[in-house]
Amino acid sequence: MFLIPDPVGRFFHRMASPPHFYAFTEKLMPWLVGIFLILLACGLYGGLYLAPPDYQQGDSYRIIYIHVPSAWMSLFIYIVMATTGAIGLIWRIKLAEIVAISSASVGASFTFIALVTGSLWGKPMWGAWWVWDARLTSELVLLFLYLGVIGLYNAIDDKRTASKAVAILALVGVVNIPIIHYSVEWWSTLHQGPTVTKMDKPSIHVSMLVPLLLMALAFKFYYVIAMLQRARLELLQRERTANWVKKMVTEQVQ
Amino acid sequence: MVAGAALATAFALKSFNENLMYFFSTTDVSAGKAPKDALFRLGGMVVKGSVQRPGDGLTVHFKLTDFSKEVAVEYTGILPDLFREGQGIVANGKLDNRGVFVAEEVLAKHDENYMPPEVKASLKAAVEQKKP
Amino acid sequence: MTLQEFFAMGGYAFYVWTSYGICFLVLLANIVLPIIRRKQFLRQLALKQKRQNL
Repeated sequence: MFLIPDPVGRFFHRMASPPHFYAFTEKLMPWLVGIFLILLACGLYGGLYLAPPDYQQGDSYRIIYIHVPSAWMSLFIYIVMATTGAIGLIWRIKLAEIVAISSASVGASFTFIALVTGSLWGKPMWGAWWVWDARLTSELVLLFLYLGVIGLYNAIDDKRTASKAVAILALVGVVNIPIIHYSVEWWSTLHQGPTVTKMDKPSIHVSMLVPLLLMALAFKFYYVIAMLQRARLELLQRERTANWVKKMVTEQVQ
Repeated sequence: MVAGAALATAFALKSFNENLMYFFSTTDVSAGKAPKDALFRLGGMVVKGSVQRPGDGLTVHFKLTDFSKEVAVEYTGILPDLFREGQGIVANGKLDNRGVFVAEEVLAKHDENYMPPEVKASLKAAVEQKKP
Repeated sequence: MTLQEFFAMGGYAFYVWTSYGICFLVLLANIVLPIIRRKQFLRQLALKQKRQNL
């Protein structure tokens, strides 16, 4: 606690209070949406129009601009979900529980997009919609983990108990994350090795890399927007009997 | 519960490692490590100048290599767009008694490099210039 | 590059545009659905409060 500067500590303390969170995210939303749309427009223009076709794959490689950022987000969001789940489990912070479960549906969506776009890319290039190789299989397992988290949460009526159960499931599933990442190195897979995170030399031309990174950043902003929208709904449902919600509804009616 | 899940994962990983080893190399096949009379996957690079189309049908003959041993492959069907000489591929099929791999399915494996055609051309030119 | 060439995607139009289409449909749904459900929920709460006040 001594390591955290006072204003930062106060910010998190205020954010952990539901009415503040609800009001603050509403004010924040136009900014987030604005930045997201600018990044998305630049990324799409760069990726679909400016970037040259690939020497091997022609224009079909342009699927990379949604496939790879989605796959990255599917892993990133899982880690956020497991971490906030653990924080909720240990310190009983209601807002951490809400962020964890609100991340699940966004993460599941990105995993689904990564799998579907990968399939649509694999058919013309590899010659198959689907193969049971290690990368594809472990990403499918990730989708089931997300769906398991969502299903388990909906099956338990008491949402605080549900959050605990979900956090444990998410933490157990964390073992899958390094498996997905290293699958292309540990096993001989049809899926090629890493392109961008390879340390020794860049294996993507800079004119193709810049739009990819822009799209990745745009998807990060998208995640915050979508997660907050779900979190606001979740928060209202949990706090329906709280005074601040009642007051807000009364003001709305008048 | 966590210990149980960890144990289950460990077993799943172990069987995964045994069954999902995606393909055999051409050296494995030459050494007789590949299964006989059973389907398996063979991975390698299409040897330059080895692709032949006897007759006018869809049948293709070519050789695969891992730069140490070569295996002859026969395939009838539509090839993926990326199939070309010098390309890495994975074929699913079985060995016949002549030692020829009869493929039922051919998948192209591309590398993790992405670049414009001009850059590839200049890279290639640079490599060829270096050669004595 | 003409507009036609752009949409043709070098012959991969089906794969490329289906990918982008599915991607943005899913992303849009993820934002629109929670907003609709939150508005509905607030309306329900308001209705309940009105009934209690009568």
